[in-house]
Amino acid sequence: MKHSSNKQTRTVNWPVTILLIIGCLTIFFPLYMAVIIAFKQPSEMTNDIAGALAFPAKWSLDNFAEAMRVTDFWHSLGNSLLITLITVLLAVVIHSLAGYAIGRSMKGSKFYNFAYLYIVSGMFVPFAILMMPLVKETAILGIDNRVGVILLYTVFFMPMNVMLYKGYLTNIPIALEEAARVDGATTWKTYWSIVFPIMKPMHATVAVLTAMSTWNDVMTPLVIMSGKGGTTLPLAQLNFQTQFGTNYNLAFASYLLALLPILLFYIVCQKQILNGVVNGAVK
Amino acid sequence: MKTSKGVNDRKRTFLLITIPVLVLFFVFNTLPLIQGFIYSFTNFKGYGSYDWVGLRNYQDLFTDARVGKSYLFTFKYALVCTILTNVISLILALGLNSKIKGKSALRGIYFIPNVLGGLVVGYIFSFFFTYILPAVGQSLGIEALSSSWLSSTSKAWLAIVVVGCWQSIAMNTIIYISGLQTVPEDVYEAGSIDGVSGWKKFWSLTFPLIIPFFSINMVLCMKNFLMVFDQIMAMTKGGPSQSTESISFLIYNNGMSGGQFGFQSANAVLFFVVIVAISVFQLTVTGKKEEQL
Repeated sequence: MKHSSNKQTRTVNWPVTILLIIGCLTIFFPLYMAVIIAFKQPSEMTNDIAGALAFPAKWSLDNFAEAMRVTDFWHSLGNSLLITLITVLLAVVIHSLAGYAIGRSMKGSKFYNFAYLYIVSGMFVPFAILMMPLVKETAILGIDNRVGVILLYTVFFMPMNVMLYKGYLTNIPIALEEAARVDGATTWKTYWSIVFPIMKPMHATVAVLTAMSTWNDVMTPLVIMSGKGGTTLPLAQLNFQTQFGTNYNLAFASYLLALLPILLFYIVCQKQILNGVVNGAVK
Repeated sequence: MKTSKGVNDRKRTFLLITIPVLVLFFVFNTLPLIQGFIYSFTNFKGYGSYDWVGLRNYQDLFTDARVGKSYLFTFKYALVCTILTNVISLILALGLNSKIKGKSALRGIYFIPNVLGGLVVGYIFSFFFTYILPAVGQSLGIEALSSSWLSSTSKAWLAIVVVGCWQSIAMNTIIYISGLQTVPEDVYEAGSIDGVSGWKKFWSLTFPLIIPFFSINMVLCMKNFLMVFDQIMAMTKGGPSQSTESISFLIYNNGMSGGQFGFQSANAVLFFVVIVAISVFQLTVTGKKEEQL
């Protein structure tokens, strides 16, 4: 910590440091196991512990190539990326606008107070109750595909995100907007030139939370798109279980391929992700 | 009158934003909610024709052994996971917030499970519980570990507890750390002058100050664990002999493909009421505690 006094910076607590490093094994062990199995051949998988955990005879990428072919990796990766990117974009644009319009109008307006409570109460609605009617509804509307899934995410994440934006805006003085109005700028224009840029920290939080939930979600694409040939990266793992059969090496190569994009994203944007998660939960 | 024109423009713009958003929300959230509620009074199978059956689905819910079992499992699971996750997270957060080396690297590592998807993590752990753990148990001669947990009706739920906690601890730890960082240093200094230390310091000084974070974690945890689905889908599919069927999984499984659309809609309505009741209860209880402080 930056502002700790000399007294506090005295000694490193080594016992705790060592315990924490040992504890990391619980995080790394399952991942280590996955990597080792993904590189092995089925013939190397004997029934003892070494069969699963010892290094492979040779490090070959064959399983990965095969897994990519069997699960149509690029197709599901493309779907996952497309769905996540558009959902995040829509969330940042629509939810921030909604948070702004509702948040700025709630004072003395029953309508906007109701609108806010109405949307935020959606947080308590479990997907399980919406699932079956939504399957029918999206089929009737002809959006039992990626479009439907994106629209549904935009609605599902609305309560949380509108609440976050509205909360952030209460700390931003209204004076700036009023000054712009006196200068003759329209509300729409003021929003994009002044308010939207000010909310940048909250955009980061919303983008991170929305992206992680969208990327890892299985249930929505499972009930809306499956059977229509559409698949996302996690959903592909579920769909190809039968084809993997007992070939765990192929399956694990596929699992690793599914985990890799989000892991890379985490390693690159670790700071933003941690900040985003904390901001989202605490505010 | 420039100002009143500006005010009108502002009002009109806000309305033009809010109305479509409300319509969108209604169409994909409230409408299916209402439909689900309506279906819950029918014997709809998911296809074909159906009849109104009044409250029969709701009566049947309370006598259906499978539904009762799934509620029991889900609550047991959520309760055990919530307690375990919060205890371990708090200990980890205290460690990660103390004067250690490589603080940010360690914090980064402990958060990894949270970014990984529940389904794939479930598959990885499924292998671990099916092959690795029994092999370890056999070679060490430990009876309880020497057969696969996932094929035992009494132990399969424990395997799902392990996976659930493994993933949620990451998130809760980060929230507790941010809570611990709000505790001002002079609280500790005042404490050390009074000769308070260790465990007592934690309970009497630190913990009361992070109660808001504790309540966030409890609410988040309970809600997420009650809705458990991915891990079940990956590890047991509700088995063995329906011993790990969560409410969400049962609604999905029997409602979507088991011909119980109407009946499971009633189940979903009940589940919704339960979730709201628990959330409201938790929020009022923790709200009261915060007021007392």
